[in-house]
Amino acid sequence: MGAFLLRRTALLVPVVVGITLGVFLLIRLIPGDPARVLLGIHATPEALAALHKSMGLDRSLGAQYVIFLKALIRGQLGYSYFFGEQVVDLVLARLAPTLFLIGYATVLTVLIAFPSAILAALRPNSIWDQAVRFASIFGIGLPSYWLGVVLVYAFAIAIPILPVAGYGETIGEHFSFLLLPSLTIAVSLVPLVLRALRASVMETLRAGYVDTARAKGLAWHRIMGRHVVRNALMPAVTVLALNIGYLIGGTVIIENVFAIPGLGGLMILSIGTRDYPTIQAVTLVFAILVVLVNLLTDLIYVFLDPRLRAVIR
Amino acid sequence: MILFWIALAVFGPLVWTADPTALNLGDSLLPPSLTHPFGTDSLGRDVLLRVVNGASVDLQIGLFTVLPALIIGSLVGALAGYYGSFVDIGVMRLVDIVVAFPFFVLVIAIIAVLGPGLINMYIAVGLVGWVSYARVVRAEMMVAKQMDYARAARVLGFSDTRILLRHLMPNVIVQALIYSTSDFILNILLGSSLGFLGLGAQPPTPEWGVMIADGYSFLARAPWISALPGLVIVALAAAFSLFGDGLADYLRPEIDR
Repeated sequence: MGAFLLRRTALLVPVVVGITLGVFLLIRLIPGDPARVLLGIHATPEALAALHKSMGLDRSLGAQYVIFLKALIRGQLGYSYFFGEQVVDLVLARLAPTLFLIGYATVLTVLIAFPSAILAALRPNSIWDQAVRFASIFGIGLPSYWLGVVLVYAFAIAIPILPVAGYGETIGEHFSFLLLPSLTIAVSLVPLVLRALRASVMETLRAGYVDTARAKGLAWHRIMGRHVVRNALMPAVTVLALNIGYLIGGTVIIENVFAIPGLGGLMILSIGTRDYPTIQAVTLVFAILVVLVNLLTDLIYVFLDPRLRAVIR
Repeated sequence: MILFWIALAVFGPLVWTADPTALNLGDSLLPPSLTHPFGTDSLGRDVLLRVVNGASVDLQIGLFTVLPALIIGSLVGALAGYYGSFVDIGVMRLVDIVVAFPFFVLVIAIIAVLGPGLINMYIAVGLVGWVSYARVVRAEMMVAKQMDYARAARVLGFSDTRILLRHLMPNVIVQALIYSTSDFILNILLGSSLGFLGLGAQPPTPEWGVMIADGYSFLARAPWISALPGLVIVALAAAFSLFGDGLADYLRPEIDR
């Protein structure tokens, strides 16, 4: 397991280098002097000169990249003049709500998609199956932010039972404050995973070991729980992991609909204030998050399927 | 249904010539009635009129985000697949960097750098979107160049350009075209999301996402402002996704779906 983890992590190095390169080049896309862009229009000539020197702007692009990387390794993401804070602190403070939202939305997605897929797969062409297919056609085009607006109207204005803005103070409050946002993201994610899930459950149902289990006279819920669901989980994890980029994009939008103090909210706020170091850092964090989720996915595979343990050792 | 939307986008503003951005403050926030079937917004503009005009804006968003990505991505992917070696390696490393980022986040980051607005949004989506086409076409090209007809053309001494454009391109582009129909829908959704966030089309442009954002501020008093544009997006996306399925069946009849 340790060796696997090590080898898997080593594979990440080129990806992470690519990401840092991308983020580095992002700021260079802006026409004009990067130092002036980073410091804003009210920068003093002294501050400009100092940043010129520290970014190595008089040197080659390669040397500038090395300087950028060194700062990154020391945990320096720059200074936000708008917030008057180190960007690292800013980002770390906003990380928790976003992670909470992503996790919550994933759980809700599984809770909605899995039973629906199983029901649809058990009775192909039934009304339920048709409904699932209908939902996956219409759901694709459902704009998540609009759904958010509709849910705000339904549960905060028409029947005011749920909070619709912010993050709350306690764990319990987090769950109730983030219920609608997570549900919004889940509903927009479900159509994407539903079709693949239905296919994978159907395939598992046809497998020989399911027939064997049935022939042995095992109770239906035991067959479903032990044999079908467990084997259909693998493709489910794959589908969810493939959509992690989509999920993160969703949180950026939804955080802004529900005024959640997370990274997505921070990103849009920074665009309005032209706070480039912050934009750069948030982009970096989101990309690293995707990398980590992919790593986690591989670990879940190994956990779910003991056969893989033999292969990777 | 597709024809309906295109007709609406092209002829809607011609038939109903009222200005979708003209202010009429006396009529602000009117609920749906006979004169304004879907009500009016905070500045007294008719919601239905703005939604009809929005059709051309949003269809243009779909078109101008898909076309550059389709053309550039297909060309780059074709070259990488055809020539292989260092061209291929260079292109694929670039692709790897772009796909390491979440699509939406990278688009937003590029818009942040370029500044909000429709044109910059097209540039941003194009800069990120080409990679999907490049990947699809490259994979197809690597198979197609080994086919007999490609070998025959090479034996006949045709130039690389001619083989690429006349013989291989028409065959490898099909998959990219199929992909472009679903990309079209996703990009309209993306464009309207960016409009909603204030990063795409700017008010007073009657873009659907912008309209939903407008209505969000008056949700308690005038929910109809946000309702109609959202419903229209759902209906349009469903129409195009059915069209995409049909097109895929038509272009690839040999695949049993």
